[in-house]
Amino acid sequence: MASKVQPVTGAKAAPTLTNEEILRYSRHLIMPEVGMDGQLKLKNAKVLLIGTGGLGAPLGLYLAAAGVGKLGLVDFDVVDFTNLQRQVTFGTSDVGKPKSQAAQARLSNLNPDIQVQAFETKLTSANALELFKDFDIIVDGTDNFPTRYLVNDACILLGKPNVYGSIFRFEGQVTVFGTPGGPCYRCLYPEPPPPGLVPSCAEGGVLGVLPGIVGSIQAMETIKLILGSGDSLAGRLLLFDALGMKFREFKLRKNPGCPICGDKRTINKLIDYYEFCGVRGVEAPAPDLHVPEITPREFKARRDRGDDLFVLDVREPHEYQICNLQGHLIPLGELPRRVHELDSSREIVAHCRSGKRSAEAVDFLRKAGFKKILNLKGGILAWSDEVDSSVPKY
Amino acid sequence: MAVRVMIPTPLRVYAGKRDSAEFRAGTVGEALAQLTGEFDDLRRHLFTDDGNLRSFVNVYVNGEDIRYLSKEETPTKDGDTISIIPSIAGGSCC
Repeated sequence: MASKVQPVTGAKAAPTLTNEEILRYSRHLIMPEVGMDGQLKLKNAKVLLIGTGGLGAPLGLYLAAAGVGKLGLVDFDVVDFTNLQRQVTFGTSDVGKPKSQAAQARLSNLNPDIQVQAFETKLTSANALELFKDFDIIVDGTDNFPTRYLVNDACILLGKPNVYGSIFRFEGQVTVFGTPGGPCYRCLYPEPPPPGLVPSCAEGGVLGVLPGIVGSIQAMETIKLILGSGDSLAGRLLLFDALGMKFREFKLRKNPGCPICGDKRTINKLIDYYEFCGVRGVEAPAPDLHVPEITPREFKARRDRGDDLFVLDVREPHEYQICNLQGHLIPLGELPRRVHELDSSREIVAHCRSGKRSAEAVDFLRKAGFKKILNLKGGILAWSDEVDSSVPKY
Repeated sequence: MAVRVMIPTPLRVYAGKRDSAEFRAGTVGEALAQLTGEFDDLRRHLFTDDGNLRSFVNVYVNGEDIRYLSKEETPTKDGDTISIIPSIAGGSCC
C-alpha cells in the first residue's frame, strides 16, 4: 500500500520569494499542488546527494532547478571520459576536475539563488553522521554496497529519510527508506552479496539513459517528501526494466527483527562497511590472485624477439570488437569447456581489459595443469599506457 | 497455465539469457527447484550451500515478499508470477 507523504523538513517557511524567484518558479507557483507554500518549503529544504555520478546528475540538475534551497554534494572522484556517456552534469571540459566541484559550478550556474556545497571527500563511518546532520533528506546515488549500507545506517541513526536508487545494465530499483515507521535497506536486504557473487565486469556496463530515469524518479520522490504531497514510494520497491519498458512494484515491509530499525536495535553506531561487505575497498572487490605475470613491456620485447607466445584473450566478443591484441578469444565463462583449444606445451600469455579476469583464467588453467602461462599485468589498459597508445582504452 | 518465474537482469547470464521461465509448481520452493534444476549455475546465486535462500535475494509472489508469507512453502496457483529480486549496487566496473 502506498503511504501518504508526510513533510519531513519541518522548516519554517522563509518569509518571501524575490520577484526574480517568482518568475523563475512560475510554473510551480501557478500549480496549486506546489504554489507559494510549496515553493517556500523547497527553498527551506536541505538535501544531501551522496554521489554526483549517473544518478546524481539528474538529481542535482532537477533539485537545483526546482529551487531546493541548499544542496550538498558528496563525491571524492574526478570526472573522466567514460563518465560523460551518462553523467550529464559534466561537460568535456570538466574531465580531470573533481566531480563535486564541477557539479557545484554547473548547478550554481543553473540556479544562482540556491546554496550548493561541495564535499570533496569519501563518505566514511568517521564522517557520515557529521555530514548528514545538517540536512533534511539524504539521497543515495552511490555505486557500491559498502556505501549503501553506510548511508542507510547513518540515516536510521539520525532519523532521516533516504531516497534510494540503484541500477544495473538495463534495470533500476527505487524506493524511500527511513521514513517514520517505514522500512530500511537492511529490512529489504539484510546482507550484501559476497564479492564473488557480484556481477563481474564481463556483465557490467549501464545504458546511459537508465540512471537518468532512475535519478529523476529519486528527484521526484525527494520533492514530494519536501512538499508533503502525493503517495511516497516508502514501503514500495519500484523496479524498472528499460528493455521491456516495464515498471513493477513490490511490497516492502519493515522487518521487526531488523538490527538497526527493528524493535531491538543491535547496531548502535556505524561499523566497518568494507568488512561487512567482505571487501577491502571499492577498487579491490575480490581478493587478488597471485599468479605469474608479465608486464606489457616485457611482453612486447619477447614478441619482438620472435618468442613463441600464444596470446589468450578472455574477454567477451563485443569487447574484442573494440580492440584486441590479435589473441585467441575464449571468454572466461567458456574457458572450462574450451580448454582443448589450448596447447599446454606452448607458452601462453592471457589477458583481459584490466588483468583481473585473466588472473582468474591463469589460476584456473594452472590448476588444470598448464605450467607455462602468464597473466598480462594491467591488461589492455596497461598495454595502451605503456606500449601502444593506438590501442583504445575503454 | 502455470507459474511464471521472472529472472532479473543480473542473473539472466546464469539462466541461458532467459528473462522468465514457466513451471507447473504448487509452491515457490517447487518452482525454484525446477528453475535451478534446469539452470545449474543459478543455484549458487540463489541458495547457500545449506540450501537456504541467500539474504541478498528476495522472492516475491505477485508483489508480496515470501518472507512474510510462508517462505518457500508459499503456495502458488496457475497464473501466479514469482519474481526474484537481487540486491544491485549499480555503477562501477573493474
